[in-house]
Amino acid sequence: MVEFEPKIIGFLCNWCSYAGADLAGVSRIQYPPNIRVIRVMCSGRVDPVIVLEMFANGADGVMVMGCHPGECHYLEGNLYAEWRIKMLKKLMACAGLEPERLRLEWVSAAEGSRFANMVKDFTNQLKGLGPSPLASEKPDETILASIRAAERAAGTSRLRTLVGREKELAEEENVYGEKVTQEEFDKLMDESVKEEHLRSRIYLLTKDKSMSVKELAKHLSVDTRVVLRHIVVLRRKGLLAMDRIEGISPLYVALEAR
Amino acid sequence: MVDKVGAVLVVGGGIAGIQAALDLADSGFRVYVVEDTPSIGGTMTQLDKTFPTNDCAMCILAPKLVRAGRHANVHLITNAEIKKVKGEPGNFKVTITRRARYVDEEKCTGCGVCAQECPVEAIDEYEQGLSRRSAVFVKYLQAVPSTFAIDREKCIGCGTCQEVCRADAIIYEEKDEDVELSVGAIILALGFEEFDPSLKSEYGYSRYSNVVSSIEFERILSATGPYGGTVLRPSDGDLPRKIAFIQCVGSRDAKLGNNYCSSACCMYAIKEAVIAREHNPNLQCTIFFMDIRAYGKEFDAYYSRAEEEYGVRFVRSRISDVKKVLGSQNLIVRYVEDGEPKEEEFNLVVLSVGMKPPKHVEELAKTIGIKLNKYNFCSTETFSPLATSRLGVFVCGAFSSPKDIPESVAQASGAAARAGSLIATGRGKLTVAKKLPPEIEVSDKEPRVGVFVCHCGTNIGGIVNVPEVVEYAKTLPSVVYAEHNLYTCSQDTQRTIREKIKEHNLNRVVVASCTPRTHEPLFRETIREAGLNIYLFEMANIRDQCSWVHMHEPEKATEKAKDLVRSIVAKARLLKPLKKPMIDVTPVGLVIGGGLSGMTASLELAKQGFEVHLVEKEKELGGNLRHIHYMLGSEDPQERLRSIIKEVTENEKIHVHLDAEVADIEGYVGNFETTLTRGSDKKGINHGIVIVATGAVEYKPTEYLYGIDSRVLTQRELEEKIGEGEFKARTVVMIQCVGSRNDERPNCSRICCVQAVKNALKIKELSPETDVYILYKDIRTYGFNEDYYRKAADEGVLFIRYDDDHKPKVTQENGTLKILAMAPVLKTWFPIEPDLLVLSAATIPNPDNERIAQMLKVPLTKDRFFLEAHMKLRPVDFATDGVFLCGLAHSPKLIEESISQACGAAARAATILSKKRLEVEGAIANVNEDLCSGCRICEAVCEYSAIEMKEKDGKLVSSVLEALCKGCGVCGSTCPTGAISMLHFTDEEILAQVRAALKEEKKYD
Repeated sequence: MVEFEPKIIGFLCNWCSYAGADLAGVSRIQYPPNIRVIRVMCSGRVDPVIVLEMFANGADGVMVMGCHPGECHYLEGNLYAEWRIKMLKKLMACAGLEPERLRLEWVSAAEGSRFANMVKDFTNQLKGLGPSPLASEKPDETILASIRAAERAAGTSRLRTLVGREKELAEEENVYGEKVTQEEFDKLMDESVKEEHLRSRIYLLTKDKSMSVKELAKHLSVDTRVVLRHIVVLRRKGLLAMDRIEGISPLYVALEAR
Repeated sequence: MVDKVGAVLVVGGGIAGIQAALDLADSGFRVYVVEDTPSIGGTMTQLDKTFPTNDCAMCILAPKLVRAGRHANVHLITNAEIKKVKGEPGNFKVTITRRARYVDEEKCTGCGVCAQECPVEAIDEYEQGLSRRSAVFVKYLQAVPSTFAIDREKCIGCGTCQEVCRADAIIYEEKDEDVELSVGAIILALGFEEFDPSLKSEYGYSRYSNVVSSIEFERILSATGPYGGTVLRPSDGDLPRKIAFIQCVGSRDAKLGNNYCSSACCMYAIKEAVIAREHNPNLQCTIFFMDIRAYGKEFDAYYSRAEEEYGVRFVRSRISDVKKVLGSQNLIVRYVEDGEPKEEEFNLVVLSVGMKPPKHVEELAKTIGIKLNKYNFCSTETFSPLATSRLGVFVCGAFSSPKDIPESVAQASGAAARAGSLIATGRGKLTVAKKLPPEIEVSDKEPRVGVFVCHCGTNIGGIVNVPEVVEYAKTLPSVVYAEHNLYTCSQDTQRTIREKIKEHNLNRVVVASCTPRTHEPLFRETIREAGLNIYLFEMANIRDQCSWVHMHEPEKATEKAKDLVRSIVAKARLLKPLKKPMIDVTPVGLVIGGGLSGMTASLELAKQGFEVHLVEKEKELGGNLRHIHYMLGSEDPQERLRSIIKEVTENEKIHVHLDAEVADIEGYVGNFETTLTRGSDKKGINHGIVIVATGAVEYKPTEYLYGIDSRVLTQRELEEKIGEGEFKARTVVMIQCVGSRNDERPNCSRICCVQAVKNALKIKELSPETDVYILYKDIRTYGFNEDYYRKAADEGVLFIRYDDDHKPKVTQENGTLKILAMAPVLKTWFPIEPDLLVLSAATIPNPDNERIAQMLKVPLTKDRFFLEAHMKLRPVDFATDGVFLCGLAHSPKLIEESISQACGAAARAATILSKKRLEVEGAIANVNEDLCSGCRICEAVCEYSAIEMKEKDGKLVSSVLEALCKGCGVCGSTCPTGAISMLHFTDEEILAQVRAALKEEKKYD
């Protein structure tokens, strides 16, 4: 059997990691040819939606690499990357895809061998994990649907706002002059990730065909009360409408986003 | 006042000459570069790699050469020499003889057919005689200009080249011609000649084919060299197992009359040994040396790596001779180590040849009217290292003393500053603006992508199947043209790219070669010249991140290269033309630090006509120079200091802020706003650039009873004592490397050996009967300072070596200071009881560096000195636009080196200050106001305050301040409503790129 060769996408910041990867080249440090590098100016540019889209497209692993903390060419772009990756890993866990398939590493322009080692290590780790359930010609449909939902969730203003505000809240007091602890914030983030993911799954399922609360609850293995609560919110946001009633159960259908 | 001629003649087209030419041309002057050979580039083009970064020399040099070749205000006059210099500073008339090239520079396309058909073979000087070239030739593959030339001495006149030249470029009847140039200043960047090792007959060079010079070995190492980058020995083409490097061949050799140290050989030999080992891991490299002079920035760290990681063996010895083994091509090196004669057999011997003054230098010096020193290098003074004896004629690079590349580059910029100061009134009078065709409108057209795939000699082509990648590229959507090039970056390929754009109506261009970090600007310029917006270009990095890192997996590397090309083409299809905003420049400089470097930089800027704020935290100017009381030569440092301070304080363009500190710096290149504090006073100043000249401080030793016994001093304290006439001692011991070259600070402090020799000589002058011992690890009196080392030894100063396992032991017993030193050959401890123990304390970074680095957002090295943009070719620039550095803030260095760097920083700054308006990045954030909800998250996450909120149709929306935006994209990936996109890195573009990286188009839609 041919050995599994993972497909890795690497997002490298122009200033540190990309230069580090170049240095690996200049130093002729050999590493596995599994990575495909995408140059971005800053690791903070890596949008969570794009990362999930990569998994949906069959990437076995995604690496985001930036400058070491305190050395970001754009001062703190790398910290935003860090918060986003944290959120993304939570979303991946919700979606049933191993969060280890996503990795954030700091590589400076002087660390050619570190870069090569990271790629080697990640390639081996992914070989251990095996192919992504979404990588084959026939991807696991449940997980794919779930990742698509995660992708949608990552684009919601709720999650994006929370990630965007994490620095302010972590470093400064909130508008009431109170300090939000990291635990409190993480808890809020956990809940929001789970809810937005589930909500997105409901939204995407009802895009294909009208479904009832019970059908949705069964499909998603969650309590009908929870489903209903999300449907209420989605309807309020104008994202869902009642399509028709069958027997005693209304069927819901997703609307195009405004 | 009569205007000076706004043009400069640069003599010599090596790295120094090219740097000086580019700096001047970028600050409003016309530049003529006269080069002796048919192409520019000099010795650096022959080097394989460069220390301490191991960058490929050609890779970092080629973009500069190409830029010089394309610059509207740089005129290259190759194959030419100076005949006559008349006139005066500001207005010289120079006659140049252009030797016949027999090839029309306008018509020649550099295709090389003539060379293929030429029946004559000649020794290839570029390949150091290891290869042959034809009589009609181009110096090297990426030559600028790429025009061929006929070697008249070798050409038999058969007429074949004219027959085969399709461009009709061969002119046999061409004659030498004289041209007269009007220039305001002249810069001599004549470079050096390698020492001819056959003069040291005991080493067997030219008798034994396996004894090669270091520059020949560079060619042997090079992928473009005679052996294609496999290390072979010339006698039989076998792989050598054991290579010996012999140092100081033609240097530090009083018998030959070359007593000076050539400054660069220790490092290049270490580098050659390291690279040779990389080529062949079974290779054993041995370096035979007297002292390892790894005195430069981060050099000692490189030296340790060579020893520890690459197993390079270092043998401190004197070489007796090299003999061939009877019946074999191997060589016996006979040497003396620790007083004991030894011998060892090697397969190849590399002679580290020193630097000699350029050929015919005496004649040339007479023509130009400048003085030479006793070694026939250009004569200069410590406090004016860039001036020759003729006013208006400046010097840089190895012609003034043997030196390595970064020193030469800093000096070149420095000489450009001095020339620019002299002819400042002529600025902008003789320059021409590059005429660019109007941009072709592409937004309404279907993408038509052209792909150019580079072999990079064998760097890519030796691993990746380049023709296969080209064929594959042709199958990709929107690709209408693809080809491969030996070097896509060469000047002839630039022409090809422009032609292909026209021929195939290309509106997007992709180059698959090396890294966009070095080569994107060049290709962008090329497509702009063909009428395409520069943002319609993309690069796939199939060398640094593919062929070089998958050398043993050619098939997988080829597959990866295809994936990278497919993926970048997918992005390129979506590229949109962008405009670069223009920003105004405040023509004022800020110089932080009022030591010698800061004052020199300020003066050069002021002389060029720019206002300068010079900030010094002490109550007086002068910095470390205040503590220097005498020099090795006859110059009086305190007198020089007083005159420089006078010049600074009297110059009305310089505003000196004493007892002041920089509290805050806001803004960006061209428009900085800085707050200075003086006590509780605050003052705001506006300026366009910053020069960091914060200096360094002397280490306060904690070793050898310093601070405990009052007889233990630092070199500086000794100098103060001597300066004040308080010196009295019968026996003095000096210990070198105190606080340097140890675990905490692995690098050399560079100046202490020269300082110790200077103080020792002064002691001998004041009190000849005083015994002076210098305990050292390596004596690093590089360059002409070697003369003083010899003088000290001649005058009886005792130099005793120690190593880390046998450091001197200092004790105090019953009031007697006692030192135990290890005697070299005998290997026994012997006692000295001196009246004074002088410690050569390290030069350590200014503690303010951390704060200033944070304020300016610029990096520091591990040692906490400032880290420049590139160690080799950008020694005085920071990666951040508009911020420069010089002097001890960069790393420890001698006075003349600080002055050169300070002038260099001023020249680099002048390339910005001389422009009224500056173009800034076009790839920045862009707000779709309709989608913006006014949540202000973007404003909160932007580190550059580049977002402000503005009112639009009754709602508050975000808006980007173009000059401040750095294009990081953090706001875009944070925006909750998707209103912000990052131009040139839009979601659509990145998504297309990654999707294509994962799957081929046909599988994905």
